[in-house]
Amino acid sequence: MKFKRLVASAVIGALFSGAAWAQVKIGVVSSSTGPVAMVGIPQKNSVPLMPTKVGNLTVQYVPLDDGSDPTASVVAIKKLISEENVDAIIGPSGSPNAMGVIQFAAEAGVPLLAPVGTAAVVLPMNEQKKWVFKTTQNDQLIADALVGHMARSGIKTVGFIGTSDPYGENWAKVFTEIAGRKGIKVVATERFQRSDSSVTAQGLKVLMARPDAVLIAAPGTPAVLPQITLHDQGYRGKIYQTHGAALPEFLKLGGKKVEGTVLAASLMLVLDQVADSHPSKKIATDYVNAYEKMHGAKPATFGGNVFDAGLLLKNAIPAAAAKGKPGTPAFRAALRDALEQTKDMPATQGVYNMTAADHSGFDERGRELIAVKDGKWTLIQ
Amino acid sequence: MEFPIALMLVQDGITNGAIYALLALALVLVFAVTRVIFIPQGEFVAYGALTLAMLQAGVLPATLWLLVGLGAAVTVVDGLPALRAGRPGRLLGVAGWNLAYPLGLAALLAALPLQGLPQLVQVALALAVVVPMGPQMYRLIYQPIASAPVLILLIVSVAAHLAMVGLGLLFFGAEGQRTPAFSDAVLDLGPLMVPGQTLVIVAVSVALIAALFQFFERTLYGKALRATAMNRVGARLMGISPSLAGKLTFFLAAFIGALSGVLIAPITTVYYDTGFLIALKGFVAAIIGGLGSYPLAAVGALLVGQLESFSSFWASAYKEVIVFTLIIPVLLWRSLNSRHVEEEE
Repeated sequence: MKFKRLVASAVIGALFSGAAWAQVKIGVVSSSTGPVAMVGIPQKNSVPLMPTKVGNLTVQYVPLDDGSDPTASVVAIKKLISEENVDAIIGPSGSPNAMGVIQFAAEAGVPLLAPVGTAAVVLPMNEQKKWVFKTTQNDQLIADALVGHMARSGIKTVGFIGTSDPYGENWAKVFTEIAGRKGIKVVATERFQRSDSSVTAQGLKVLMARPDAVLIAAPGTPAVLPQITLHDQGYRGKIYQTHGAALPEFLKLGGKKVEGTVLAASLMLVLDQVADSHPSKKIATDYVNAYEKMHGAKPATFGGNVFDAGLLLKNAIPAAAAKGKPGTPAFRAALRDALEQTKDMPATQGVYNMTAADHSGFDERGRELIAVKDGKWTLIQ
Repeated sequence: MEFPIALMLVQDGITNGAIYALLALALVLVFAVTRVIFIPQGEFVAYGALTLAMLQAGVLPATLWLLVGLGAAVTVVDGLPALRAGRPGRLLGVAGWNLAYPLGLAALLAALPLQGLPQLVQVALALAVVVPMGPQMYRLIYQPIASAPVLILLIVSVAAHLAMVGLGLLFFGAEGQRTPAFSDAVLDLGPLMVPGQTLVIVAVSVALIAALFQFFERTLYGKALRATAMNRVGARLMGISPSLAGKLTFFLAAFIGALSGVLIAPITTVYYDTGFLIALKGFVAAIIGGLGSYPLAAVGALLVGQLESFSSFWASAYKEVIVFTLIIPVLLWRSLNSRHVEEEE
């Protein structure tokens, strides 16, 4: 097999030597099966939409599935590095999965573009994490917007219900800190599992603390259950959600009971309401339309995170190609440097401005305050 | 803690406990009759709930094709020997149940205006799709190794569980579903508001347990199952077919599982892999009953429900830890209190 491939590449190499032809290989690891599949499926589906040609270089994507299993992510990353000799890797889908592979990507000197929620993959920055770039808004950015809205609405006390996983943990930490700075007190902190069939007890505990508002932090549709429970228990205060709830299924499952929810997320939910002057509007609209045409459904935001990784690479590849040939360590190192130099690049999620210290690079153009009104996402102006 | 809060927690615990009780009964039944630790029990919960959700969305449930596929496999496995033995009557019977029934059901579902049907009819159709998979599963994967040691049966169960979870993702997608409640009525009992759905769950659970009791005490088939559970060889000598007992048991287990799924779908979001954890809690309850006693398993289920409810109130981050740690003192107590019996090989 190996020998055959060697011969094949030798022949191809001989045929094209001299011609301005070369290929960039990019590995994509997504969790399109297993518990994180709701995140991984739109990500895998976004791969065929990503740029296949940059300048005179063709880009080839090698998609792998890790079944939501962190061990399988490591195996997939190692395989991509040693067998496929990829120039960069997009993925994996889950936060724990991404945390586990950073070391291997850094050792091999391959840039890793992680479309995951947790800021821990790029913060605090160190020798290993400098190889990692994150294509999602940091929790902090979203929390800032939510706390700002709470402060403007005169909310003084907040109850918190989050999942007992890294997503919920990090939100509890970040939110408590930011809210504290604005003088908002977190009066109850409760946890639940994605698979729980009831969160009645947690709801009661929060109700007993009588908060002005409740923040629910859960990735994907599990965010619905606590909100419905609170509604059924007669809670009528404001309910806030994180960008984890920013998907069409949230509205479908929640129905009338999630009316009035406030959340902050990328502009993808409210594309048609965003001003045309927003630098991301056209890119995001094109992406959503292309995705809908190919897969017959609108993509969840998670797909946009992977698509953005493709755009970041497209932006960085020309600079890297000037310094080395694809497939060499020099190219990969130059690619990393070029990614870090990304300036004012609009993509589907917002505008990226990378620096040596900030490998997520979003500013307030990467989030919008959104409310659920008449069963639809509505931009809060 | 205020009294009304405690009451609400108890009520929540009873609702969940009723479901765990049903699943615990199914697990005890399957283990007693076939010695199979039925890990895929939870998948029937998810299949039942999500099939109903698909019917209500007006689409043909994908589980239907699994039913057709399994039916075709059983027809081949059972039909070929019948053909070779020259028993066309038996062949006809096999094909009737395993080929004609799923295809007929598919035709029926395709013809009916699924969305507009009354809820009870939708439930019946969902059960009609999911429940026959139980006996089919027994025929295909457990019957050929019916006399294998418990450990091998357990390993096969794990494999079946993983396969069913994977198929579940394929059929239903990664997102969860909810179904509308059977009743929006709320019973006002002073400090306590009991939602109608809770009453439905408890009432159906109690009715099902009573029906199972009648079935085992009064009917011939029930008695045959009890005899098989008590002494497999003896029952066989008395003319009770072990494969019939196995299929019947799996029919009941699949029925209980799918019905539990239909019951919980309105109160929680059901994902393709939700069932496993629910069945695991039923399993804890069954262990409390020593995998042999129905009343103890039911009591254990209520205990698990209460423990879960109160621990999520006081220490929600450690809820699962607390519930599953319960199994350790129970096992300790059981192993100190009961005589150890070597398993017959």
